Amino acid sequence: MNEQKNQATVTENFYDGLLTVTPSPHIKHTATTTKVMAEVLIALIPAFVWGVIVFGLNAFLMPAIAVAASVLFEFLTQKLLKKPVTVGDLSAAVTGLLLGFNLPASDSYFLPVVGAAFAIVVVKQLFGGIGKNFVNPALAARVFLFLSWPDKMAAFPAPFDRAVVDAVASATPRSGAAVSLMDLFLGKCGGSIGEISVLLLLIGGIYLMVRGIITWHIPVAYLGTVALITLLFPQGGGFFDPSFMLFELCSGGLVLGAFFMATDYVTSPITGKGRLIFGVGCGLLTVFLRYFGAYPEGVSFAILVMNCLVWYIDKLTRPRVFGGARHGQ
Amino acid sequence: MKGFLKQLKEGILDNNPTLVQLLGMCPTLATTTSVKNAIGMGLAATVVLIFSNLFISLLRKFIPKQVRIAAFIVIISGFVTMVELLMKAFVYSLYQSLGIFIPLIVVNCIILARAEAYASKNKVLPSAVDGLAMGLGFTFALILVATVREIVGNGTFMGLSLFGDGYAPALLFIMPAGAFLTLGFVIAAVQKIRNMGQDKERMEKLSKLEEEAEKEETV
Repeated sequence: MNEQKNQATVTENFYDGLLTVTPSPHIKHTATTTKVMAEVLIALIPAFVWGVIVFGLNAFLMPAIAVAASVLFEFLTQKLLKKPVTVGDLSAAVTGLLLGFNLPASDSYFLPVVGAAFAIVVVKQLFGGIGKNFVNPALAARVFLFLSWPDKMAAFPAPFDRAVVDAVASATPRSGAAVSLMDLFLGKCGGSIGEISVLLLLIGGIYLMVRGIITWHIPVAYLGTVALITLLFPQGGGFFDPSFMLFELCSGGLVLGAFFMATDYVTSPITGKGRLIFGVGCGLLTVFLRYFGAYPEGVSFAILVMNCLVWYIDKLTRPRVFGGARHGQ
Repeated sequence: MKGFLKQLKEGILDNNPTLVQLLGMCPTLATTTSVKNAIGMGLAATVVLIFSNLFISLLRKFIPKQVRIAAFIVIISGFVTMVELLMKAFVYSLYQSLGIFIPLIVVNCIILARAEAYASKNKVLPSAVDGLAMGLGFTFALILVATVREIVGNGTFMGLSLFGDGYAPALLFIMPAGAFLTLGFVIAAVQKIRNMGQDKERMEKLSKLEEEAEKEETV
């Protein structure tokens, strides 16, 4: 028995390097989940730092708690369900940080904990763990928190206002605060911790594109659709209003959603064409929800709805096998 | 008597109409915002189930096969109308909070399913008992879901405040989405409890097999 085995390894070693015959894929890439997630974390740092500068300590604590709780819940569920522990791939940390970005910089510290539990345990692990969740966990958790505690999720502190100890809800640009377009672009306004600075989010998003982590399709299609509709059909009636368009593009969580949420690998289509359809759908739904919805913001609902359609988009845009028959032939 | 207990166990646990057969989802999701509503809905459906089973069983030899569904619905809707009028007269506030879901008991698929699968094929007494067992199973499931939803989503149980003013309830749980979430978890928990015995047996079998395999390897 042992002799046979030895012989087999000898022959294997002999042919090794002379002739390598393997099944596809033949193009290999050094990217691993951990590396990709680390790049996303790097891209999110500028916006995070800006959030802390604008809102102070709570803007650091809320995302930190969310990250810690996400990692902890991932670890605990995987231990409990006797699955291999994959905390090291950093995907739970990214989910936690994105969830933290969606929270107000208030002192309701239970929000990130409950949100992380919902994102990791219910949305991610119960559906089979990384790669198998059908909607973006961080966004689903945001909507869960938003529908459960609407008052606490809207308790936005005023920017640069450290005197107020209790977070008093102040108006954000989307709920009627008067902010100049430049301040809106730079992020000198109220809102969720990570969504305020369009400039820094753009830098992060472009970094991800340059590094090849995300493709241009979804952000361009998403922002382009929103820009086109808001330019041609402003909310208050009228026609062709560039300043309204810029306001719609820079306010709320649109840029954060377009670059960091909608581009999640697991919950976005595979092909470029599919991604374009996905982005346009997100854009249409976002504008419609903002115009006609009961809530001031529609980005998270729009992306969640499109997440649910990804399987269908993938089915429709499945590329033809090379050399195979065309559709309908 | 033994048969009676067996039927009860069947209806409440092993073959629970809501948690195992997954019938009657509409009232389960819609009326479980509070435990009071759940009990009211469950008992109303139970009364209708008992009497419709009883009368369908009595008439099972007269009803022609071709029109049986229509005949069942006529019988069921007769009892639903009675229950509705009685609730309007004696428990008006419950009648108001359940609203459209009382007349909708007519199309509750648990009742039609029991009529078709049981009452139209069995004798009168077992059919009535089946109605009672299934009705109690339905009520039990509703109370389970409503307990979770009312405590988490409203901070109360049967209208009594549990945690004081400091507790901020998770409103989502008394919204429709919360109904789906809670129902999923309740079904999973009940399934786990039902399978516990089987799981043990399976694990024992597995470990035995492993032991045998190990023995063979050492030989």
